[in-house]
Amino acid sequence: MVGIVDYQAGNLTSVARALSFLQEPCVITDDSNVLDRASHIIFPGVGAAGTAMANLRDKGLDQHLRKWVQNGKPVLGICLGSQIIFDNSEEDDAACLGIVPGSVKRFPPQLGEEVPRLKIPHMGWNSVDFQKQHPVFQDIPRQSSFYFVHSFYTAPDDEDCVAGWTNYGIRFCSAVAKDSLVAVQFHPEKSGRPGLMLLTNFCRWRGDHA
Amino acid sequence: MLSKRIIPCLDVRAGRLTKGIKFRENLDIGDPVEAAREYYEQGADEIVFYDITASAEGRSIMLDVVKRVAETIFIPFSVGGGIKTIEEMRQVILAGAEKISLNSQAVQHPAIITEGARAFGNQCIVLGMDVRKTPASHRIPSGYEIVINGGRTPTALDALWWAKEGERLGAGEICLNSIDADGTQDGYELTLTEMISTGVGIPVIASGGAGRPEHLLDVLTTGKADAALIASMVHYRNYTIATIKTFLAENGVGVRNLW
Repeated sequence: MVGIVDYQAGNLTSVARALSFLQEPCVITDDSNVLDRASHIIFPGVGAAGTAMANLRDKGLDQHLRKWVQNGKPVLGICLGSQIIFDNSEEDDAACLGIVPGSVKRFPPQLGEEVPRLKIPHMGWNSVDFQKQHPVFQDIPRQSSFYFVHSFYTAPDDEDCVAGWTNYGIRFCSAVAKDSLVAVQFHPEKSGRPGLMLLTNFCRWRGDHA
Repeated sequence: MLSKRIIPCLDVRAGRLTKGIKFRENLDIGDPVEAAREYYEQGADEIVFYDITASAEGRSIMLDVVKRVAETIFIPFSVGGGIKTIEEMRQVILAGAEKISLNSQAVQHPAIITEGARAFGNQCIVLGMDVRKTPASHRIPSGYEIVINGGRTPTALDALWWAKEGERLGAGEICLNSIDADGTQDGYELTLTEMISTGVGIPVIASGGAGRPEHLLDVLTTGKADAALIASMVHYRNYTIATIKTFLAENGVGVRNLW
């Protein structure tokens, strides 16, 4: 059973719908007891980092997320969920979970060399250059496109945890893999075949790197 | 690099397509869910549903369509047509749509753009603009006027001003439809599209006039659009989304490969 963490951060039903399509049982909940029993955790979310962190702390879910990753439970962060695993975010100047060392930055307002300037948010389909062999990215062609919607990007301190790069005016980290945690800036539940493949792989993954 | 998006538009009335689409077997079908699945499999980057039903009963039928589409395709899709309140927007989003397109309602009650953006995020709110060419004047310096009610009612609003105002109010994207080009299949309105695309900092979807792949090439390069809406050219199977994308890629436009 996949536990989808409900922390009032946007509409979580699209992730649940994709899992239902893949015939993977799932539950959307903010109950840490239920999530404790889940074999896998998906941590999605859209919205602002400050509010999201406040909601997580209110429910004590911040401690649980750290614990699940420490204990080797497979955790998948999506979009905002892939940002607040870092130390801090320029959005709301929020202190975040600190599971992965690094920060979350705003795309610079004058992005790219072209005229007109690149638009923010970065919205639409962009390719991900996967960096490493990882069970969650298995069988996904290296330059596959995924659907993105975001104005902030993640900047890990240690590039060893970068699992994918994407170009949008600058090169930014669009996928992270560290221990039993995988985090993606894009929306696999809205990215057609490669996205569904990623979700399938995640549900079969046991948190190891073999 | 961010891909240019190709977006088929489906007109729905009381849960059925107003014009059927041709399937591979040349069968004509009217079910919007099956049509969405067909375009998803062909490589559509997004799908737009335009609901031209006005009645309350029609609305609940549309919500059911949205739910079934969301269970079937795993790309973003938007719903437009007659949505007037935040509660109606919420129902459509919870049913599974990513985006809501606001058109006449936004002209009549601009505050709904801001309220919608606050409730669901800017990325959820698409400002739909129907535009007609008109002699440039003091009131309409760009020479393009916003019209509403399916093009029947002029508003005396300047299109460029309204696009910028929509962005300021919180729209995350603009779907720009030229009433003059709509239905002609003679190509998009390039002057208008280029003016709006360079005039705002949010993505612009060009709409109206697509008949051949060359038209998409023009509007995505000369017209500087971020995305192109298509209808008849794929509904009647004169082209598939895959053949259009191949043509665009051969001409240097970055499009998403279907894998």
